[in-house]
Amino acid sequence: MEIELLTGTTARALAFSTPLIWAAMGEIYAERSGVVNLGVEGMMILGAVTGFIVAQSSGSPWLGLLAAATVGFSVGLFHAFAAVTLRANQYVSGLAITIFGLGLSGLLGRDWVGRPLSDSMEVLDVPLLSDIPLLGPALFSGQYLLAYLALLAAVVLWFVLHHTRQGLVLRTVGESPAAADTAGVSVTLTRYLAVGTGGLMAGIGGAYLSLAYRPSWGEGMTNGMGWIALALAIFALWDPLRAVGAGLLFGAFFTLSFRLQDRFPPELLTMLPYVFTIFALVLTALGRGRRAFGAPEALGHSYSRGER
Amino acid sequence: MLNLRFVRHPDPSPVLVFAVSLGAIAGSLLVTAVLFALHGVAPLAAYTTIIERTILDGRGFSEVVRKSIPLLLAGVGLVLAFRARFWNIGAEGQILAGAVAASGVALFVPVPAPLMVPAMFLAGFLAGAAWGFVPAILKVRLGVNEIITTLMLNYIALYVVRWLINGPWRGTSVTGFSYSDRFAEYAWLPTVGTTRLHWPTLLLGLGLALLLAFVLSRTRLGFEIRMMGESPEAARYAGVNFLWTTVALVCVSAGAAGLAGVGEVAGIHRRLIEPNSISLGYGYTAIIVALLARGNPLAVIATALFMGLVFAAGDIMKVSLRLPSQMPSVINGLVLLFLVCSEPLLRYRLARRTLKSSQSAEGGATG
Repeated sequence: MEIELLTGTTARALAFSTPLIWAAMGEIYAERSGVVNLGVEGMMILGAVTGFIVAQSSGSPWLGLLAAATVGFSVGLFHAFAAVTLRANQYVSGLAITIFGLGLSGLLGRDWVGRPLSDSMEVLDVPLLSDIPLLGPALFSGQYLLAYLALLAAVVLWFVLHHTRQGLVLRTVGESPAAADTAGVSVTLTRYLAVGTGGLMAGIGGAYLSLAYRPSWGEGMTNGMGWIALALAIFALWDPLRAVGAGLLFGAFFTLSFRLQDRFPPELLTMLPYVFTIFALVLTALGRGRRAFGAPEALGHSYSRGER
Repeated sequence: MLNLRFVRHPDPSPVLVFAVSLGAIAGSLLVTAVLFALHGVAPLAAYTTIIERTILDGRGFSEVVRKSIPLLLAGVGLVLAFRARFWNIGAEGQILAGAVAASGVALFVPVPAPLMVPAMFLAGFLAGAAWGFVPAILKVRLGVNEIITTLMLNYIALYVVRWLINGPWRGTSVTGFSYSDRFAEYAWLPTVGTTRLHWPTLLLGLGLALLLAFVLSRTRLGFEIRMMGESPEAARYAGVNFLWTTVALVCVSAGAAGLAGVGEVAGIHRRLIEPNSISLGYGYTAIIVALLARGNPLAVIATALFMGLVFAAGDIMKVSLRLPSQMPSVINGLVLLFLVCSEPLLRYRLARRTLKSSQSAEGGATG
């Protein structure tokens, strides 16, 4: 009984936090290269709306996913263009993407509101892994493919970041772009790819909402998830594996809070994820003291050869 | 090959700044024209209709000004916060906090009639300030990212309002609707004639803009604030108390947004209603207002009017031109995107290549 509660909660937590994990991993990847992306929310919602429209028109959720990923990647490249090439303020550029994305998605999806997706993604079990006691029912069964892929992507990203040359290059660009430049690495190219990939993952996170979790489109349906993902990246200390743990923890809190349904008004329950987010950031800050908590050294600074 | 190259120029002239901002606005209006055309509306005719019914029409213009009031108050506040290098993205929540406090006073606190409106403004200012105090203190004491906390507090404020109008504050005289009872008449703000232009809030906004402009340019405090923004190291050296100055500035900034919330409930709705109807995203648009004004509180008066025009035009687009209601928020995003992309124009200017530099292989804006 107790165990079923535990595995059931974990499973629901994973289903809830899959888009957060995707977007947070994307943010981690971008920030590790030294670029802050406040456009995650905009990239997610644009991914959600294009994914839905393409899936509904073509009848294939996978084409929808492809479209969402492409849109996310392109918007990511735009952010890189503003932040790296134009050396514009990264905060403002990201905010612009979010505000524009929220507006544009509403415009694009106007005629698609309230029409459930005819062919949505299906839940499935992972062969072999779903038979593992405890872990199987908790993480490897009854989820959408994108949830399993999020777990896989976290492992791959973690490996790339910490155990490959590409990862070392990426981290160096984020910590000390001048050193990377001296070593013959293209800071510009690295940042473009990292921010583009981050956008791609945010797009996938958005598509999960409109193609699998909800299978429908609603204006503003990401409802701040992109911002929560930003917080998760900090809470996870810019580590993809920790991002999965943090996402699950977050999802578990959210899932469990629904057990209070009878005693609390629904509006206050809906508010909880945002309260958790603030608490998570405060805890991170308290846990690590005041020195930067492992944030990439050059985070938020544009780089230009010969200038500090 | 063109005999030109980019030269850095550290201090752009006010004329250039103005020209570039105007260019950004023009660019976004151009893209909007394309959007009009895509929706089967002739752009020129659309803009003509919009101008006729907003700027050239008395009632229409009162709506433009009316919608620019919250943008002015929140925008002036944000100029102050951005000057202190505090990224307050939370004006939306601070507006709602102000609206809640004012409604609470109007509905439940027995204040003598003549003092009611001042009491509501005071409560709204304090509530907005409190909503800003939390992220400010978390930032200066613990280094918690204020962008995320202020944004989270927007959502929290939104759900608090929803909870209030569906639960404890739900009106006794209304059935089937989620809003509070109507305020007593002495808690309403006077308006100009039959328009919805609640002038006391407008005066507050204008007064605040003037006051801030004076403080920034003529006082020691203003000097310190400018120093904090422009060279924090020097400010620290000069003995500016960063911690408490930042907290105080953010509280004033958020309090100004709170005042905007008071204006919306006391001047227009006269009751606490659905949060997205109290603030139509004014708190987010105020960020654009403040950025367009580039830190100048007097310029906020102009930029708030412009964004107020966009909001008012939204109504015309929807009703007269049958364009989607999402148009204003798209225009919002476009203005900000163009603003971002025009930023490098302020930092570089084109100059004729001198002999020496034309020989070097270096090109473009990497200098």
